[in-house]
Amino acid sequence: MTDRAVKKPAERIPLRVRLALYDLDGVTLLVVPAVLFVAALFVYPFAYGFVLSFEPKKGDWIANYAKFFSDPFLYDTIGATFRLAVPATLINVLVSVPVALRVRDMHHRRILTTILVIPITLGTVLIAEGLLIYLGPQGWFNRVLMMVGIGQIRLVHNYTGVMLSLILSGFPFTFLLTLSYLTGIDPSLEQAAATLGAKARARFVHVLMPLLAQGLAINLCLSFVQTFSVFPSAVLLGAPAGATRVISIAAYQAAYEQYDSSMASAIAMIMGFCQLFIVVLILGARRFVYRGAAGGGKG
Amino acid sequence: MAIAARDFRELRLDGMSRTFGTIKALKGVTLDVRRGEFIALLGPSGCGKSTALNCLAGLLTLSGGSIWLDNTRIDRLAPEERGFGMVFQNYALFPHMSVRRNIGFGLSMRGIARDEIKRKVEEALSIVRLGDQGEKLPGQLSGGQQQRVAIARAIVIEPPMVLMDEPLSNLDAKLRLEMRAEIRRIHDLIGSATIYVTHDQEEALSLADRIVVMRSGEVRQVGVPEDLYASPAHADVAEFMGYRNQIRSRAAKSGNLVSVTIGGVSLQGTPVDTLGSDDVIVAIRPDDLKVTAGGPISVTVESAQYHGHDFYCSGRASDGTELYFLSGQKARKGDALSLAADPGRVLLYSRSAL
Amino acid sequence: MGRERSVSERLWALTVWVLVIFFILNFAAMVVTVVINSFGTRWFNAWLPSGFTTRWYQSAWDEFQLHDVLIVTFEVVGAVVLLSGLLGVPAAYALARRNFPGKQIVILLFLLPILIPPITFGIPLATVLYQAHLGGNMSGVILANLVPTVPFVVLVMVPFIEQIDPRVEAAARVFGAGTGRLFLHVLVPLLAPGILAALLLVLVRTIAMFELTFFTAGPGSQTLVVALYYAVYAAGVRAGQSIDAMAVVYMLTTLVWLLIALHFVDPTQIVARVKKESAT
Repeated sequence: MTDRAVKKPAERIPLRVRLALYDLDGVTLLVVPAVLFVAALFVYPFAYGFVLSFEPKKGDWIANYAKFFSDPFLYDTIGATFRLAVPATLINVLVSVPVALRVRDMHHRRILTTILVIPITLGTVLIAEGLLIYLGPQGWFNRVLMMVGIGQIRLVHNYTGVMLSLILSGFPFTFLLTLSYLTGIDPSLEQAAATLGAKARARFVHVLMPLLAQGLAINLCLSFVQTFSVFPSAVLLGAPAGATRVISIAAYQAAYEQYDSSMASAIAMIMGFCQLFIVVLILGARRFVYRGAAGGGKG
Repeated sequence: MAIAARDFRELRLDGMSRTFGTIKALKGVTLDVRRGEFIALLGPSGCGKSTALNCLAGLLTLSGGSIWLDNTRIDRLAPEERGFGMVFQNYALFPHMSVRRNIGFGLSMRGIARDEIKRKVEEALSIVRLGDQGEKLPGQLSGGQQQRVAIARAIVIEPPMVLMDEPLSNLDAKLRLEMRAEIRRIHDLIGSATIYVTHDQEEALSLADRIVVMRSGEVRQVGVPEDLYASPAHADVAEFMGYRNQIRSRAAKSGNLVSVTIGGVSLQGTPVDTLGSDDVIVAIRPDDLKVTAGGPISVTVESAQYHGHDFYCSGRASDGTELYFLSGQKARKGDALSLAADPGRVLLYSRSAL
Repeated sequence: MGRERSVSERLWALTVWVLVIFFILNFAAMVVTVVINSFGTRWFNAWLPSGFTTRWYQSAWDEFQLHDVLIVTFEVVGAVVLLSGLLGVPAAYALARRNFPGKQIVILLFLLPILIPPITFGIPLATVLYQAHLGGNMSGVILANLVPTVPFVVLVMVPFIEQIDPRVEAAARVFGAGTGRLFLHVLVPLLAPGILAALLLVLVRTIAMFELTFFTAGPGSQTLVVALYYAVYAAGVRAGQSIDAMAVVYMLTTLVWLLIALHFVDPTQIVARVKKESAT
């Protein structure tokens, strides 16, 4: 005890200073409210839903999942959703590349990007409503088709309508993302390739694509996750009882028509799992592709 | 020597011009380059030297004039069709390819057989002394090593000409000196012509066979380093070549001698261009303005920077003129010193010619 | 890159342009159709309606109680913007200036609500809110909409704050500013444009946010986009023109704020700040 009395204050580092060495001080506390908020309203509901999915109204703990995978009306929704999400994602992301390549060299780029932001801001509900009329049997699109002799095509209340709305609302997003990745690639790299004899196609294959690949992977993930969650357009513009009965509809019906929140949570979990699975698949494939900075050197 | 430069006799730049909107970046540049020559394009920022290089490479189109390789006009060709090697200021190494693949890129674009590519890449690696770094990615190399990969990549395709755009500006001083020697050594080894852009007159003086001094898009003087050092053709060239003293004065002719008044004292000088009127600019290198006991010009030292061997000083003469000179002895602020200069090293330029 | 383009290159460029123009044209035509329909008296079997009127707007206003819906929308959006700013900006400041243990986890925590689409977490979230008796009313809707917007504000603001040299703050302190005055005289003026941009983006995104409001709203707390959905869903019963009138009101609301936001912000930022984080 005499030791402690003799110990000089300078030899004991106060707690506040020790914490500051780890960057934990008053400023750090500013992050706490937001963290608590996200924890309470995102993490907790997710965990709650996860647990709830194993507490069905009747049956044992796995009953919800068993029911889902034994009832075609339910498990077919996975297939229906994939049949919409995969082509839509592929089209949106792959087409964005040549378009972004052209737009990259444009002078009035900002006008085009502004126009393309409008579909994103208007949202899926409005696009669904608009397409119902525009692509309808009496709409302008079909009128033009009839005028040029192709004849009427059924474009609403079916798969095609939903696919078109996914492209209309999804393409601007993938395009803007690809464009931003493309402009992040050092232009002197293509110049160097040109001086070494690479023509336009060779420059694309050997320089641009490898450096773009990691950005495209992220683009594919984000785009897939978005299209897989399609909901209002599948209902309004599609055939919600048939070809476009997507998994989100099943979840919605379980929650708000059957008042079975346990089942609804289970379906939401399955949905999340499918999305996670594909994301992991895409990101896993990244390992075979360059993953670093897109600059050209220390200059 | 295994890597031999391709045959050409002469590269001719004929009135090369390039305009960006209203800005004339190049105003009719005319120059001949012979095979095997090392040419430095020297000038301050914005003088057009990098623009000229990019036009040569084909990365910029000419607004006027033409470029000829022997009897073939090449300024309409795309960069991939010209076959020049280029070393970029930021190296522009492909970050996703190994050093070997970077170097071999130009060869694979030409469809050369794989064994041949392998052999040539190894040769290039040994020329730039990077033999054991072949499998690394550019991000794992130091600045100097990246630079050498950039050079290897440009020379392995055996181009008739290598273009270098301020390749040493991103390196530290010591490395810059080392790499300077390397670049000249490699140039001599492979025998291509080299066009080297720099703003550093020391670099140009030590590397080039001929120097092209540019300013505001025009060629101000072309010559061997000795000529540019000893007798720059114009006052602005002199200033750029290190003639730090640029004093306005009036010339007085008496017979064959011309004298000017510096620091209140009359000094004999050598006119470089024809003096139209009496208004002249007197250019003297600081190392030519020597501290001499009993010398004609008296100055009071204002600042003296120690540089190891000498002191770089600035002083004021009795009429207020500021003069820059070197002193072998220690100098301090306030010291009174006398300076003298050999008439052959006091260069006079017509002021109206600017 | 330094010469005339070849024929095949020009053809390729043309194809790409045709695609882009086709896309924009169809989209514009779709919007125009909605607008025209909302002003049309009757429209079948013809290129244009047989006559024009503005009565559908009046009827939509009454039928869909647009006055109340608009008030609800602005209250929700206003609250979301305010609260996400209050929660998000300080958090972004902490993330930008401090490297505390667990920072990576916190960043991941903020990334998830943006990357995972609203439907996937919306249903469990709605369940929890209803359990807490917050479902079916404004508080629930506001809370639900805050989930993706708070992280969004954080992720938009962090690079913005990082750009401000911390030595500027240090200089202020050295010259005697306490935290309060530091905040007022140095930080807020420097951060203001970024905060404005972030909040405008939140505003635009929340007006269009469908799923979260859909799952948590009750009859008195529907935003405009949800009311529009219900109107289209029950379209058999109601006249198409008045639905389109409502759609036009919705479009004007979003586009007005979009135009204001674009004054301060590059269109690309509406898409995602996320890519910078995901790419590392």
